[in-house]
Amino acid sequence: MIAVGVVLLIAGIIFAAAGGGGEHQAEGHEAAAAGHEAVSWTKRLFVNLWMNNVYFSGIALIGTFFVAIQYVSYAGWSVLIKRIPEAMSYYLPIGGVIMLLVYLFGSHDIFHWTHDYLYDVNSPEYDPIIAGKSGYLNTAFFLIRMALYFGLWIMFSMWLRKESINEDMNGGTANYHKSIRISAMFLVVFGITSSTSAWDWVLSIDTHWFSTMFGWYVFASWWVSGLAAITLTVIILKQNGYLKMVNSNHLHDLGKFVFAFSIFWTYIWFSQFLLYWYANIPEEAIYFIERLGGNAGHYKWIFFTNLLINFAFPFLVLMTRDAKRQMIMLKLVTIAILVGHWLDFYLMMMPGTLGTSAGIGFIEIGTALMFLGIFLLAFTKGLTKASLVPINHPFVEESVHHHV
Amino acid sequence: MNKKFVLGIYDDEDVLLHAIENIRAAGTKIYEVFSPYPIHGIDDVLGIKRSRLPIVAFFGGLTGMSFALWMQIWMLGFDWPMIIGGKPHISLPAFIPVTFELTVLFSAFSMVIAFFIVSNLKPSLRVNMLDKRSTDDKFVMAIEVKDGVTDLSALNELLRSNGAVEVNEKEVVK
Repeated sequence: MIAVGVVLLIAGIIFAAAGGGGEHQAEGHEAAAAGHEAVSWTKRLFVNLWMNNVYFSGIALIGTFFVAIQYVSYAGWSVLIKRIPEAMSYYLPIGGVIMLLVYLFGSHDIFHWTHDYLYDVNSPEYDPIIAGKSGYLNTAFFLIRMALYFGLWIMFSMWLRKESINEDMNGGTANYHKSIRISAMFLVVFGITSSTSAWDWVLSIDTHWFSTMFGWYVFASWWVSGLAAITLTVIILKQNGYLKMVNSNHLHDLGKFVFAFSIFWTYIWFSQFLLYWYANIPEEAIYFIERLGGNAGHYKWIFFTNLLINFAFPFLVLMTRDAKRQMIMLKLVTIAILVGHWLDFYLMMMPGTLGTSAGIGFIEIGTALMFLGIFLLAFTKGLTKASLVPINHPFVEESVHHHV
Repeated sequence: MNKKFVLGIYDDEDVLLHAIENIRAAGTKIYEVFSPYPIHGIDDVLGIKRSRLPIVAFFGGLTGMSFALWMQIWMLGFDWPMIIGGKPHISLPAFIPVTFELTVLFSAFSMVIAFFIVSNLKPSLRVNMLDKRSTDDKFVMAIEVKDGVTDLSALNELLRSNGAVEVNEKEVVK
């Protein structure tokens, strides 16, 4: 039975190297060609690059987070699919490089607070509020933090991956116990950096605004998209003849994860919205006004689509047990969630940067597909590096016989 | 009216699971199986259908949601309109927490009540213990005996050939 795992070594490269690579090339041209249509197309391009990179880096990070959670909770059911989240983190180094480059070249286009005149007392543009935040929001510290986040994330993801692969070769439980300790350390790091990176990369776009829920909000969005990505990959791999031992019981658990955390995201969304709506203090409510009636109602449809596609749809469709066990339903919902949370990040970043001139055109779709292509290349490269089933994991038998 | 049962006593859970399969395949209806602890997969083997409790939960929740929305909209919007925090009389975001709570409450209560009714749990319930050892270290399979229909010796043979360590008869007074 375990020998089947070795056969599965020829991972999902075929479909993704072909499909992902093709998309990548085609869309690269499209994005470049479409660039000339918009007025401030470089700004629009930089914001799009930033947004997509934050989204995909988050999904990649969730891969390691998922694995770490499974380790510290001594979970057995997920062993068969654990190589997929592991491989997702292969995008992290690429994401780090892109993040750094986009910041270096496009920081003024994305972040209002990077302009020097805001901090000059003699300047007519002097902004005492932003100047008061300069202890945290300054380019040097921002770059140090960015390097620190990616450094730590990449280190832990590679460390866990190394233990996991060594386990395949050596057997025994030493690697397993070590992985639990690494995971526990990573979760502490993740708890802090997931919040602070959300402040840095997303919240600081709306420099004047602040929300104590924001770290959670971005985490919830990343987490549910990451879970959707894992589930979708499992299904696609299974339908292409890999992961034969994964059955509807594993899918059921993944479906429960997606279902539960789409509700969790809504809960966080509403907790943030309700307080600002109720208090109705101008400097707080402006964030939602920009996204509803403000900006000439430009974002209104996305605001409601966001709730519909990320809450109502998964909630109603995945409610029954049968839906969570059927690949077609899970596929529908996970694709909807991945698109929906892309829109969610769009809604977080666009009003503060592009305002009324934002749109969803060739640049947006082109950049998104380009990033999807790069992500899939890194992801599938990771998948091919090791057996799809961790053959010497102490819980692999339990996972094979998983039954709910 | 009294009921008569033939009890097959087993001391191994795997033997029991196979016995259930074989005995059902032989066309004998099993009244109930008693076990000291939950046995994984026994529901499928016994042919017990999945609980329909989730459906009750869904409609309970739907009732709770409708009730909560109706209550707040009618009370705060029509019966006794009040301005709270400068918001419109009917302002949906403020109603969401109450709606959520009542949805959960109705859903939970409807499930508990439906469970009590369906499984006939009531204060006056008297439980007939067919064999006390089923709370300790034995598994007990009960098959109802119908006078003149059931062939006792054949049943005895069927149970024993499927690994029963003991076969008893028991009469229960209703």
